[in-house]
Amino acid sequence: MNLLRPNAPATAFAAAMAALAIAATPAAFAQSAPKLKVGLMLPATGTFAALGTAIENGFKLYVSEQGGKLSGREIEFVKVDDESEPSKATDNINKLIKRDNVDVVIGSVHSGVAMAMAKVAKDTGTLLIVPNAGADAVTGAMCAPNIFRSSFSNWQPGYAMGEVMAKKGIKTAVSITWKYAAGDESVKGFKDGFEKGGGKVVKELSLPFPGVEFQALLTEIAATKPDAVYTFFAGGGAVKFVKDYAAAGLKKTIPLYGAGFLTDGTLEAQGADADGILTALHYGDSLTVPRDASFRLSYAKTYKLQPDVYAVQGYDAAQMLAVGLAAVKGDLSKKAEFAAAVEKTKIDSPRGPFMVSKAHNPVQDFYLRQVVGKENKVIGIASKALADPSRGCKA
Amino acid sequence: MGLATFLIQCLNSLQYGLLLFLVASGLTLIFGIMGVINLAHGSFYMIGAYMAFALSPIVASTFGGSFFTVLTVGLVLAVLLGYVLEWAFYSYLYEREHLQQVLMTYGLILVFEELRSLLVGDDVHGVKVPDLLAGLLPLGELMTYPVYRLFISAVCIALALGMLFVFTRTRLGMMIRAGSTGTAQREMVQSLGIDIKFLYRVVFAAGVAIAALAGMVAAPVSSVYPGMGSSVLIICFVVVVIGGIGSIRGALVAALLIGFVDTFGKVLMPQVAGVLVYVLMALILLWKPDGLFKAG
Repeated sequence: MNLLRPNAPATAFAAAMAALAIAATPAAFAQSAPKLKVGLMLPATGTFAALGTAIENGFKLYVSEQGGKLSGREIEFVKVDDESEPSKATDNINKLIKRDNVDVVIGSVHSGVAMAMAKVAKDTGTLLIVPNAGADAVTGAMCAPNIFRSSFSNWQPGYAMGEVMAKKGIKTAVSITWKYAAGDESVKGFKDGFEKGGGKVVKELSLPFPGVEFQALLTEIAATKPDAVYTFFAGGGAVKFVKDYAAAGLKKTIPLYGAGFLTDGTLEAQGADADGILTALHYGDSLTVPRDASFRLSYAKTYKLQPDVYAVQGYDAAQMLAVGLAAVKGDLSKKAEFAAAVEKTKIDSPRGPFMVSKAHNPVQDFYLRQVVGKENKVIGIASKALADPSRGCKA
Repeated sequence: MGLATFLIQCLNSLQYGLLLFLVASGLTLIFGIMGVINLAHGSFYMIGAYMAFALSPIVASTFGGSFFTVLTVGLVLAVLLGYVLEWAFYSYLYEREHLQQVLMTYGLILVFEELRSLLVGDDVHGVKVPDLLAGLLPLGELMTYPVYRLFISAVCIALALGMLFVFTRTRLGMMIRAGSTGTAQREMVQSLGIDIKFLYRVVFAAGVAIAALAGMVAAPVSSVYPGMGSSVLIICFVVVVIGGIGSIRGALVAALLIGFVDTFGKVLMPQVAGVLVYVLMALILLWKPDGLFKAG
């Protein structure tokens, strides 16, 4: 064995090359239209792992409904776990584009990651569809003909909720969120909508992300005595905030409103403390959109679980890709035609049909939802066909 | 800020400070006395919280007990976990460099997070406040204060007093103090006929148990979510460093100090609230490089 050892790496290398060659041969000769390579850059680990899975499921569901092909091209997925880690995002998307030669990138959940992806997509001209991250700038200052979003901008749900609260005759409100981009943008949207309707934001409270020690700020709210509170929290922070808010006795005296993420995927943990809370989002339970019923059924059959807003966004990312691909007959080099087609087509989404704006963010209805039991029941429309202002977009 | 609001904020500070002490005191034992940089401390806190969530249906069906039975079962399991971990991993670290300790304990974080993901999943969960303590106390005209938070404070105070007593008044405490800080002391204690290996194993198990206890007690108010361990880890180190390595009294004072600075920082200077605690740490280390109450 000792005699052979120096040659072992070389042997292994040769074997690996041979295996690669064998594996590559059939694919290279078997078909005429080359496969469409779709890079899925989503979180597979960490806090957002479940969201990444839902998006992937939604995307793949649409592709399989089309017989596994879009515009006659078979789809090959290349997956990267982005770990919701902005510092690795540039490397990760570069690997997809330069090493794996993907035709289109789908991602991601985390806004910081999506911003890094948008930067690379803008520089390289690679088609990017963002299926969740709400950072305003993706379809604002960073907007480009090849960058699309199938979800929302952080500004949108905030604005929709602000309008509703002003219409209800609420005069003063306190906002509370984490001090980071998504929170700031959501509160900005809320302030725009609320103050335009005649309300006044009397205090903007915030705490460092992702801190969950709210007691001091709850005391501030109690001392300020506003008519209502607007909040943007998600995940574990949302659960704790809703419970602490109720425990502090504020729920009875100062109604709590929020962006839909406050009560999405968290109701089990929030229990009765969430009952009755009003939120705004572009999706919800008991929606009366026919497309939603068929989508939910098909999703539940395929994955044995109920879809959520993230699955819808993944599904619609695939729809947007399909619309564009059909218009250019599978030839993604025709970027202008691709963009033009997506811009003028109504996407038949489970959330209800929507179009994208010039900056490629959905112009969509925001539903007013109320927590009833373990559901975010849609009780009306908070804002109809709401478009993000896309500040700073020059495309 | 009116007087009533000010007093409520003081109560908030006190309560947060005591909770910090509860979480950090286990680290004081492990990092302060045994000299191991234990990054996995947050994981023990996380394990405790998840035990409070996952054990309650199992405990309820086998022993038919309440929250307090869950606490007891959880504590026993945590002691066992600590004992086994010390035997299998940590006992090899005492003579090693800090870098190796960091590497191994960081590895443990990854293992525990992955196990958590496999066993319980990545969802956020709530833990019910035990009925006995579910009441609310009126506080001023607008606010109420959950009785459970006062219970947490009581647990923290009891633990602090208990630890101080064991440390300063018992033979075990004397042995622990004698065996802390440095190889030379360890060898000296051993040469006096004390089984230092066993002693360390006990201290480590106690540290893990306290962290898990903190997690279990805090679970009903903090909820249970992935990554909750790493959220407390850094602040725990800040408590231990400000308080002085190895000092229980220091950890208590430091935790309360941080409670006040953090609470009033959020209210009075929200723009810089995130860094205030670290500024405090820097100032204290400039003034007293070994922390407020360095042991030994």
